[in-house]
Amino acid sequence: MSGVLVVQEAGRNRISFEALAAGRVLANLTGLSLETAAVGDPNADVFVETSGLPPATAHAVQHPLLQHYTSDGYVLAFEQLIRKLQPSYVVFPHTYQVRDFVPRLAARFGQVLIGDVTAMNSGPTFERQLFQGKMNATYRHQGDGPCFLSIQSGAFRQDPPTAGEFTIYHFVPELSATDIRTNPGQPFRASSQTVDLSSAQRIVSVGRGIKEAENIPLVQELATALGAELAASRPICDNGWLPLERQVGSSGQTVAPKLYLAVGISGAIQHLVGMKGSQCVVAINKDPEAPIFEVADYGIVGDLFEVVPALTAAVKAAKE
Amino acid sequence: MKIIVAIKQVPERDAQVRIDASGKWIEESDLQFALNESDAYALEEALQLKEKHGGEVIVVSAGPERVGTTIREALAKGADRAIQIVCDDLGARDALGVARLLAAAVKPENPDLILTGLQSEDLGLGQTGVIVAELLGLPHATLILHVEKTETGVTVKRELEEGWFQTIELPTPVVLTIQSGGNKLRYATLMGIKRAKTKEVRQLTAEELGVDAAPTVVLEQVALPQKQKSTQILPGSPKEAATALVEKLKFEARVL
Repeated sequence: MSGVLVVQEAGRNRISFEALAAGRVLANLTGLSLETAAVGDPNADVFVETSGLPPATAHAVQHPLLQHYTSDGYVLAFEQLIRKLQPSYVVFPHTYQVRDFVPRLAARFGQVLIGDVTAMNSGPTFERQLFQGKMNATYRHQGDGPCFLSIQSGAFRQDPPTAGEFTIYHFVPELSATDIRTNPGQPFRASSQTVDLSSAQRIVSVGRGIKEAENIPLVQELATALGAELAASRPICDNGWLPLERQVGSSGQTVAPKLYLAVGISGAIQHLVGMKGSQCVVAINKDPEAPIFEVADYGIVGDLFEVVPALTAAVKAAKE
Repeated sequence: MKIIVAIKQVPERDAQVRIDASGKWIEESDLQFALNESDAYALEEALQLKEKHGGEVIVVSAGPERVGTTIREALAKGADRAIQIVCDDLGARDALGVARLLAAAVKPENPDLILTGLQSEDLGLGQTGVIVAELLGLPHATLILHVEKTETGVTVKRELEEGWFQTIELPTPVVLTIQSGGNKLRYATLMGIKRAKTKEVRQLTAEELGVDAAPTVVLEQVALPQKQKSTQILPGSPKEAATALVEKLKFEARVL
């Protein structure tokens, strides 16, 4: 096909449709055709909802051994599909599953995945973040062989679905049970979730800047004064200073409150994807270059141990 | 169990990074470097497995001479010996190029387990461990929080998105990339630091390993990110800034 192949992930519709939107941008930049593929049922949303816009061709990759995700199974299946279709670009949504198998798939073609892409430019060149979001980098693919890309959640806006014709081809890869070396179990949750941050109107979230568990009450007082839920970035929960269920980010909860107040959080991308849908973002950080300020509406640059008590007092004063 | 831990030296987390004269990388001369965080968790998992089951923990790292200080830190925490791949052109290699170095250095060791952090804090590619698995023809799993030895291999706890987990059984030898937070990290003891000085660090070069740099993906330029929103920075003393913020939240953003 010598075009752009967008691989969607069943059950991950939003980010898959964003990858598809990115694929359309890339097809326009390069003048190449667009097709899509996914593992699973051809009646699944990932195929149906994309009708009307390019691509008009989809490949449903199906095999009994692909019923549960394994890196071995997926690498083999997509290796065969890519060898058959010969696309110039293969575009994925940047999910945990993609991170698990696509680097291996790309290496099988002597290629390297350009992961977590946030923008595309003519050339084409691809942008992604470095240093936990402190820098932006521009990458270019060189040489023969397909270029593998994965698209960051929220970086491209999904196109609205419209009615249209759509051809689905079935692709059955050659797989045998001995190809699959791992035995995956059913997904489970660690504990019953008692805190639902996703419905909170206000959230005060705390990060590494708080330094010690003993300092958490400082932020709890601010949250109480604001009538807000207390949340945290990953390192706080890793250290056991707050329970895992209060973690916001790619490995925790995704939130969209009216007010998100980030205290001592630098704003690594893994955190930002979990909160950038918030209506109003406030950041308190000692580093004026912290990436959190890139998504903040209001910011205070300063020592949180001075700013937070002052803010708690100001919130209480405003209530009286 | 013979366990390899691949580690990376990265700029310290709080480092102020500035773009260098070439516009293709950051100014490194005034930076402090440290052990990549998820690699520290990979090392901790390896040390705990060794304490339970016996065996040997070998750290491997690629980079310029300065990487030696991070290797000594890992030895001080309890690793038995190290392999240092000395190369000054790490930046010119893509993830496949770096993985080729690591795979070539690790292969003769025939380890049971290869652990590494799930991603580096500087490049954030999250691919190196997975590619090493492909190059060595071994199974792999990513985002691992816990490793349990079984009769035929390992059972691991893998993190999925949004608070979900999964258990996976894998045969050894196997490559696992470790997520941070699965264990509590240890500090090096004074005795450990003293012992580290006498432990073996074998130096290899890219030429000796027969791996060239030729990348398929090239970093063309680095730049400061563009702001997605215009941020109002509230100036003044903490009290003044706090009072101004409450006013803004109440009457401008209307979220209080």
